[in-house]
Amino acid sequence: MAKTVDQHFDDLRQTRVWRSIFRSGTGSSTLKRALAIQQNVFLHLFSTKVRTRMLSLSATWYLGTLTLGAFLILVATGIPLMLYYHPSVPQAYADTKDLQFVVSSGMFLRNLHRWSAHAMVLLVFAHMFKVFYRGAYRPPREFNWVIGVILLLITLLLSYTGYLLPWDQLAYWAITVGSNIASAVPLVGEKIRFLLLGGHAVNANALLRFYVLHCMVLPLVAMFFVAIHFWRIRKDGGLYSHESEPATVRANAAGTQIELKEER
Amino acid sequence: MADEKQAEQDLSRRQFFVRLGLGSLGIAAAGTAAFAYQYLEPNVLYEPSPVVNAGKPDRYPLDSVTLDVNSAIYIIHSQEGFFSLSAVCTHLGCLTAWNAELNVIACPCHGSKFEQNGRKIEGPAPKPLPWKRIWLNDDGDLLIDRSADVPALARDSFVRI
Repeated sequence: MAKTVDQHFDDLRQTRVWRSIFRSGTGSSTLKRALAIQQNVFLHLFSTKVRTRMLSLSATWYLGTLTLGAFLILVATGIPLMLYYHPSVPQAYADTKDLQFVVSSGMFLRNLHRWSAHAMVLLVFAHMFKVFYRGAYRPPREFNWVIGVILLLITLLLSYTGYLLPWDQLAYWAITVGSNIASAVPLVGEKIRFLLLGGHAVNANALLRFYVLHCMVLPLVAMFFVAIHFWRIRKDGGLYSHESEPATVRANAAGTQIELKEER
Repeated sequence: MADEKQAEQDLSRRQFFVRLGLGSLGIAAAGTAAFAYQYLEPNVLYEPSPVVNAGKPDRYPLDSVTLDVNSAIYIIHSQEGFFSLSAVCTHLGCLTAWNAELNVIACPCHGSKFEQNGRKIEGPAPKPLPWKRIWLNDDGDLLIDRSADVPALARDSFVRI
C-alpha cells in the first residue's frame, strides 16, 4: 500500500508541470541533491554540501537556526496581531486588552509573540557567545561577525519598538526612559530623540513611528541582513569547524600539533 | 612634449560622462537625504500648550505640595509664596511623586530623591528639579509656563499674594 503511494509521488515528480518547477529532477545522486539546493531560490543561499559532523548538536547547538525559527514565529504571529491593532491613542491599549481577553486565540498569539521575542534576544546572545568561544568569528569570517552585530542591534531595536505598542504604563515609561537615554548622545542626542518620537514627548506620533518601525522597516532590514548572513556562511567556507580549517588540516598532514595564534 | 602633458590632463569623453553621471547621482542623493530628513521632522506638533492654568491660589493650602499629573508640575505653597517645580525627574524623565510622610519628592524609576525646593538629596539624577515660571493672570488664576525655567529660590520665582 505504502509502495503505491510512493509510486504515485514518483509519477507526480515525472510530470511536466513538476519538472518545470523543480528542474533538478528526481534521484538521490550527490549531484541531484546538490542541484536541489542550488536551484531553489531560498536554499541556494546555503552550502550545497555540509560536513556531517557540523549537523550534530554539539557543533553549533543549532543556535543560529533556532534564532531564525524565533524570527519566523514572530513574523507569523505578528501579522495576525496587526489585524486587530490600531496604532492610535488610546485605542492601542483597548486593542491590546481585546487581543488578550476577547479575540479568539488572541491571548495565545500575543503571548507566543511576546515569549518568542524574549527567546530571540536570548538566542541571539547565546549564538554570539557560541561563535565567540568557538573562535568562529576569525578570518575569513570576520565580516559575517560584523553582520551578526548589526543583526543583534536590529533585534534589540525590534524588541524596544515592540515594547511601546501595548500603550500601557510599563510601555510608556520604558520608552520615556529609553528615548531619554538616546538623547544622551553627544551633540545630536536631542535631535535623535525628536526624530524617533516625532515630537518632544511620548505621544501619538511616537506610537505611530514605533509601529511603522516595528512592523515594516526593521523586519525588512532584518531580512536583508539575514540573507547576507546566510550567504556569507557559504562564501566563507561553510560552518566553522576547527578540524576542517585549512591550517589545522595542513598541520595534521605534517604530523604536528597546531598552536592557535592570535591575529595581529 | 607639451601635447602629451595636455593629453594626460584632459579627460576622455567617457571619463567626462562618467564623472558627470556620478556627480549628478551624488547631488540627487544629497537632495533625497535632505528631503527625507525634512520629511521626518514634524513641522506642526499637536502637543499640549506649555502654559498650564493651575486655577485659583486658594486651592493650595499653606505648606502644601500639589502634583498635577497631567501637566507634570508641582504647585507648592510655601511660607515665601507660591512656586512651581517640574515633576519630571532629571535622570531619565520619569514622573516623580510627593511623599508627604518623608517630606521628599521621590522618583519611582531609579530612586532619586529631591527636597521640596527641587534640590537633590540622593540618587542618580544629575540636576535638581527645575523651577518653572509662575504668575497670576487678570482673572486671578495661577499660570505656569513649563517651557520657561527660572532660578531656584530667586525673588521673582515666587508668586506672593
